[in-house]
Amino acid sequence: MRDVACVGAGMTIFSRRLKETGKEMCFEAVRMALDEAGLELKDIDTVVCGSAPDAFDGIHMKGENLLDGCGGAKKTYMRVFTGGGTGVLAPIAGWWHVASGVSDVCMVICEEKMSSCFPHPQSAFGHIWDPILERPIQPNLVWIFAMEMNRYMHVHNIKKEDIALVSVKNKGNALDHPSAQLAAKITVDDVLNSEVMAWPVQRLDISPPSDGAAALIFAAGDKVGPITDNPVWVEGVGWCIDSTMWTNRDLYFPQYVAKAAKMAYKMAGIHNPFKEIDVAEPYDPFDYKELHHMEGLLLCKKGEAANLTREGVTQRDGDLPTCPSGGLLGVGNPIAATMGVKAGEIYWQLAGKAGKRQVPDARTGVCQAWGDLMQYGSVMVMRS
Amino acid sequence: MTRVGIVGVGYTDFRSVTPEVSWKEIMYKAASRAYHDAGIDPRRDVDSFITCAEDYWEGFSIFDEFTPDQMGAVLRPMITTCGDGIYGLANAFMQIKTGLMDIVAVEAHSKISDLITYKDVVLFAFDPVYNRPLGGHPYYVAGLEMRKYLGESGTTEEGCAHVVVKNKKNAMRNPLAGHEGDLTVDQVMQSQPMFEPLKKLDIAPLSDGAVVLILASEEKVKELTDTPVWIKGIGWASDTCWLEQREWSRAVYAELASQNAYKMAKIAYPKKEIDFAEVDDKFSYKELQHVEAARLCPPQSAGRLVSEGYFDQNGAFPVNVSGGSLGCGNLIEASGLQRTLEVALQLRGEAGTRQLDCETGLALSWRGVPTASGACIVLGV
Amino acid sequence: MEKYPGEALSSKKMKEVTHEKWNPRVKYAWSCGEAMSRFLNELKKGKLIGRKCHSCGKIYFPPAMFCKFCFKPTDEWVYLPDTGKVMTYSISYLDMHANRIEEPILVGVIDIDGASENMGIMHYFGEMSPDDLTFGMKVKAVWKPEGERTGSVTDIKYFKPLEGSE
Repeated sequence: MRDVACVGAGMTIFSRRLKETGKEMCFEAVRMALDEAGLELKDIDTVVCGSAPDAFDGIHMKGENLLDGCGGAKKTYMRVFTGGGTGVLAPIAGWWHVASGVSDVCMVICEEKMSSCFPHPQSAFGHIWDPILERPIQPNLVWIFAMEMNRYMHVHNIKKEDIALVSVKNKGNALDHPSAQLAAKITVDDVLNSEVMAWPVQRLDISPPSDGAAALIFAAGDKVGPITDNPVWVEGVGWCIDSTMWTNRDLYFPQYVAKAAKMAYKMAGIHNPFKEIDVAEPYDPFDYKELHHMEGLLLCKKGEAANLTREGVTQRDGDLPTCPSGGLLGVGNPIAATMGVKAGEIYWQLAGKAGKRQVPDARTGVCQAWGDLMQYGSVMVMRS
Repeated sequence: MTRVGIVGVGYTDFRSVTPEVSWKEIMYKAASRAYHDAGIDPRRDVDSFITCAEDYWEGFSIFDEFTPDQMGAVLRPMITTCGDGIYGLANAFMQIKTGLMDIVAVEAHSKISDLITYKDVVLFAFDPVYNRPLGGHPYYVAGLEMRKYLGESGTTEEGCAHVVVKNKKNAMRNPLAGHEGDLTVDQVMQSQPMFEPLKKLDIAPLSDGAVVLILASEEKVKELTDTPVWIKGIGWASDTCWLEQREWSRAVYAELASQNAYKMAKIAYPKKEIDFAEVDDKFSYKELQHVEAARLCPPQSAGRLVSEGYFDQNGAFPVNVSGGSLGCGNLIEASGLQRTLEVALQLRGEAGTRQLDCETGLALSWRGVPTASGACIVLGV
Repeated sequence: MEKYPGEALSSKKMKEVTHEKWNPRVKYAWSCGEAMSRFLNELKKGKLIGRKCHSCGKIYFPPAMFCKFCFKPTDEWVYLPDTGKVMTYSISYLDMHANRIEEPILVGVIDIDGASENMGIMHYFGEMSPDDLTFGMKVKAVWKPEGERTGSVTDIKYFKPLEGSE
């Protein structure tokens, strides 16, 4: 297994609607990453594209259409896809391109253009449902998250006030992120008074759909020297999928995230995640998801994440800064391109390049993404 | 670093329609057979699972959701590759080479009979600003490419018709094939003009089917089988996505992909060092274009050679002995796995009346109109 | 770096920039396969059916022809009562197109009695107010009249509170 390090990253702003086309967004993110690493496209030998449902961009096999913007023309190029999990699964695929010896320098680029979908990106979600069991019920995507949130709150007796603290923290953290779409100083009351979408989910509990792209460059250990003296090493990777039948599960705990985390921690030699990890970026498309995933990432005991939040442990100056980027809640949720605020953020943090968001002395970080019908977990551990 | 080999194969037959099974059940069939062939229990022995699918072929956004149960991948590592089956094999190969995984299952299937508006979905893959507004049946792009290829290479339409005759005859000896036939070149030449110069019989009809291959690290290969098939080299590549800027007469993606595969396999003279090939033939002329791109014959000579029987089963260099897509049906993303399956069966000595005397084989795939992307794998014993 | 690349558009600006529209013609007819065909046919008859795996004893609902944990074919059809317990629920003020609605839709996951633990389906709740919904509540299916059933999960109109339960 070759050593692999991340040597550069880039991302566009996240916005409800970007003027750029999908290809152009990819180009911007790739160019930014190449500039940071001091590399040119000819130095890249493989390209991995991550992008979630074609329905958003409105192009079948969109990986093929995006490839020139990704830098994939006349190159070894492929697209991987695991719904929302793509944000961390794509960098994992980039890792195995290099760790296997097949590639020396791999560009990973994730893109999403949700604004193409009219009248609202929600409509594209209409097709994620099982045609026999679920579509006839005409569900709205928010329903299933509401059901998971409700179950989680019920099993651990967690109050909305505590969950709302996550939204307050992340939107506040996002004020320091140049890409942020929904950064704001809000209060718990703002969240609790916001419009009820599907109880218990309210408007300020949710991250917005976004357009955006993000890129990361991975290089083999023996090639890193000339590129940078500040590489961030990929120490652990893990991914796991659960059954399609989400109604056949008790939703209060994401077992698939725990399995993915165990796989990554084992590889990284981490035995006590809470102590050994300096900064975490769990996937937070909803505020309760940050808590749900902190427990899935074994950063605390089941049911305890809300306590840690209330006690300020997950603030940037706390013992376990969580979502210092502002996460999806604050920066935006362009599905696969969230790589920028998950894997990208951990890279920038560990490389000391996170500017105003910088967590001091961050040496070990974990990022995680979540996808499909509440069934996919992908986890990456990095060290500087 | 460890070698990677194929230890198990599983497949269904390839038919125009499969109304008695859902897409899940067809995957389950192929997967169960593959695990049985490898002598493993997926719940215990398989480390990672890979499926190859595109949402719009299946009719679901995030098709990834609907894959684990029927593969035995519940609560296991699994990913979806948006590519042809050989791209999936590439991911499995890389995962095993890292040392993280020992046994990986790769699946690809076609349940294209569930899709009622096939041509509209293919058109949906066209660039939305520059190409799609022209509308029409998307296969016209293949007609344009064929016209250019014929012009540049000197290959004739009769040469392409020979490919159809050969492959459909070959399919008569493939019990899995659904579109076998005993045709003459004249019959192909007189079939209905579709996207000039493409005629109806030049175009592979669609088929359903599923193929699962199990790959393993060298250590596991030695434990599990006496007839391993090793992956000597694998490559995949894309030319540009722009119709307007690509090389129409050559399959550049196939040149790059095969070049990378040969480099890995340390093959300098493919014509000599490879014994047979299974290349994509979703359109008859593509077989010739691909054989030239993979340097399995001198440039621009494939059209002449096929007419002389050079690529027949008993010819100097057998191509598409399985019947290819023209004989088995266009299996969409499973096409590449169907080709690799044939190469594996040949190398194992399990190809029945199609059996060749061989040690090294090549499989090459193309992702279809309007892409210029494909992958190549070299297998050997 | 202060400014990351990208130009944001307001919804008004979005209408002004040049764009190309397309409405894809995308139609499918999925073969239901053995398990789902039987499931739907039984729904038409007003019944719920599951499938049992003899290796591990799990009773799957909805039914599947293979056990995803043992990875073996399942063995036996099993009829199940049309009652169950509320596993989780939501009170939605959004319809499927994200339009706001006045009267909330009550929806949730119902664990069907007789099937293995956590074997549920998603469906509506009816004949109750949002305040009546609780975790673990016992509910019963309310079916459409026989003549109106088509072999769909909507042959059940909704689940209502089970009479005689707390």
